[in-house]
Amino acid sequence: MAVSVINKNTQPESEPRVRSGSHFMLGDHACAEGALAAGLDFFGGYPITPSTEIAEHIAARLPLLGGRFVQMEDELASMAAIIGASAAGARSFTATSGPGFSLMMENIGLAAMMELPVVIADVMRASPSTGLPTMVGQSDILQARWGSHGDYGIIAYCPSSPQECFDLTIRAFNAADKYRVPVFVLMDEVVGHMAERVVIPAAEDIPHTPRKGPRKKPGEEIFLSYAPDDDMVPPIAHAGEGYKVHMTGLTHDERGYPALNAPTHDKLVRRLVDKVRLNAAEIVMYDEVATEDADTIVISFGCTARSARHAVAEARREGLKCGFLRLITVWPFPESRIRELIDKGNVKRFIVPEVNLGQLRREVERLTSLPVLRLNHAGGEMPAPKAILELIRS
Amino acid sequence: MSATEQIIHPAATVHPIDNLLRADRFPHILCPGCGIGTVIHGYAHAIAASGLSEDSHVCVSGIGCSGRAAGYVNVDSYHSTHGRALPFAIGIAVHKPELKVTVISGDGDLTAIGGNHLIHAARRNVNLTVICINNFTYGMTGGQVGPTTPIGAKGSTAPRGAVERPFNLPYLAKATGATFVARWTVLHVREFQDAVLRSMNKNGFCFIEVLAPCPTSFGRANNIGDGLHEVEIYRQRCRIENGAQNLEELDIDLIDDSKSITVGNFVDIDRTPFIE
Repeated sequence: MAVSVINKNTQPESEPRVRSGSHFMLGDHACAEGALAAGLDFFGGYPITPSTEIAEHIAARLPLLGGRFVQMEDELASMAAIIGASAAGARSFTATSGPGFSLMMENIGLAAMMELPVVIADVMRASPSTGLPTMVGQSDILQARWGSHGDYGIIAYCPSSPQECFDLTIRAFNAADKYRVPVFVLMDEVVGHMAERVVIPAAEDIPHTPRKGPRKKPGEEIFLSYAPDDDMVPPIAHAGEGYKVHMTGLTHDERGYPALNAPTHDKLVRRLVDKVRLNAAEIVMYDEVATEDADTIVISFGCTARSARHAVAEARREGLKCGFLRLITVWPFPESRIRELIDKGNVKRFIVPEVNLGQLRREVERLTSLPVLRLNHAGGEMPAPKAILELIRS
Repeated sequence: MSATEQIIHPAATVHPIDNLLRADRFPHILCPGCGIGTVIHGYAHAIAASGLSEDSHVCVSGIGCSGRAAGYVNVDSYHSTHGRALPFAIGIAVHKPELKVTVISGDGDLTAIGGNHLIHAARRNVNLTVICINNFTYGMTGGQVGPTTPIGAKGSTAPRGAVERPFNLPYLAKATGATFVARWTVLHVREFQDAVLRSMNKNGFCFIEVLAPCPTSFGRANNIGDGLHEVEIYRQRCRIENGAQNLEELDIDLIDDSKSITVGNFVDIDRTPFIE
């Protein structure tokens, strides 16, 4: 039993799951195509600018592929629904922006605690509160890491282009299933609403990391939903597979049963954090330009990285020893690489431009006593290359 | 060794629903006189009578004493967040429509913090059975009033008595589109079980309110001595009216002895389900 609702027999030939080829595509649509190519089964969401195009695109395509699209009553429900679908084995997904992301925080903690894989695209807009709904922000960076109460591990990818919206969304699904954590695709309004060339590979070339399932048949022995392997990630059994799992947001033992005591809690929460922290070398992604001899390194992500890359290239033409580190995973934060760059001894200062008032800069400052120059905008516009270049020249 | 331990020999005892309960989790957290155990018992019997494999049943709960129900039934079971049992269950039911998903949770969980999800799940007509255990109070947190507390009944957050008009849940469920609506009490064990079984055999949103005593948090504050006392109130004042049309008049006044409490299977209709 437990047949997936994706039934290839019902898939019309005209509606391919993977739209292989070269496209001129919106970032939001590329994210949606990435989710579909990754094998999306279930989308539960609520409309919100500037992420709505993701939901609209999936609403048009997913039902034709045998998946389910449900427009929920709010983001609390959206998040709960995609966790429930994940419990039943679905690759499940939602898309939102700041105000909705805030509502999702409650159940992001549940996904972390139940270790049910989910992917959330947050297309960041200028915040706080309703802010500037149609204009860019990058100010959900710390919320993505710390937004739900308590300690837990998450992964967050930050695309800088529509192509990366596609590629990193696929990666997000694989990472969610591999580590059983909530994974964010932290886009921003500029990247989400930018149209560029997106190359979608052949279906057989889309990477797919399946979830680790139980190694024994139901009934052979009591299945322990939370007995981790050496990678700290336990195998997962889904609703309907016969393992009689119990999952709870309460502190639980390896069987999944509530165990309301301090030692169990400490052991469980440390593992939830460590399965990302200690696997960081495998998860972390960044893009590095001209850092070998650099005395100034610009660290950036998302749309701001596009201006930063341009500014660094210009600075190099002017003979300035400037390098560029673009974060592809903001979480886990690539602190090992930044420490290595510091230890080489060339670096005299960092510059962190971002569309918030210093959230990423704070992370860099945590690692170094070197000056960390800021270039901030609270939201509504992204920094121009010229402003970053002027700071490099200073 | 106590007298109780001498009498009960679990290994030698076989009961028709033993395999449907997680006996390895006993003793349970419920207080003496609580009605939640009776509801779990009725649900387990309905599973046994459903003719479906245990593996095709799923139980989802929210938070609170009633929310612990999912932890005691031996099917795939999920104890979600406060108020969110319904959208969590929707995710399961929509992804695997072949599963029979039942939500067991409390009145506060389903109708206060989860009230928005309740009306939308009913409107969508997702194939779910909702068992709403109504004990008129927030039991686990110590007896605060909620959206089902009768006017005048006391709670720790309304020491002079509740002043807000409570929900009439069958009326709400019918108005928002439920295809099966019932109200029973834990006194009406057979009728309740039958209502759950009927819900399991429908493809649509089914809502069963079941009144249950909470002697610790509600009874004590309202001169209802123990669980048996409240069940005696049900016995004296409940009036069975299956198919009742006047759901808008079926408010519960547990405090006023002169008023009857109408129970029964009120609605059983067919409406286009979310997934056909």
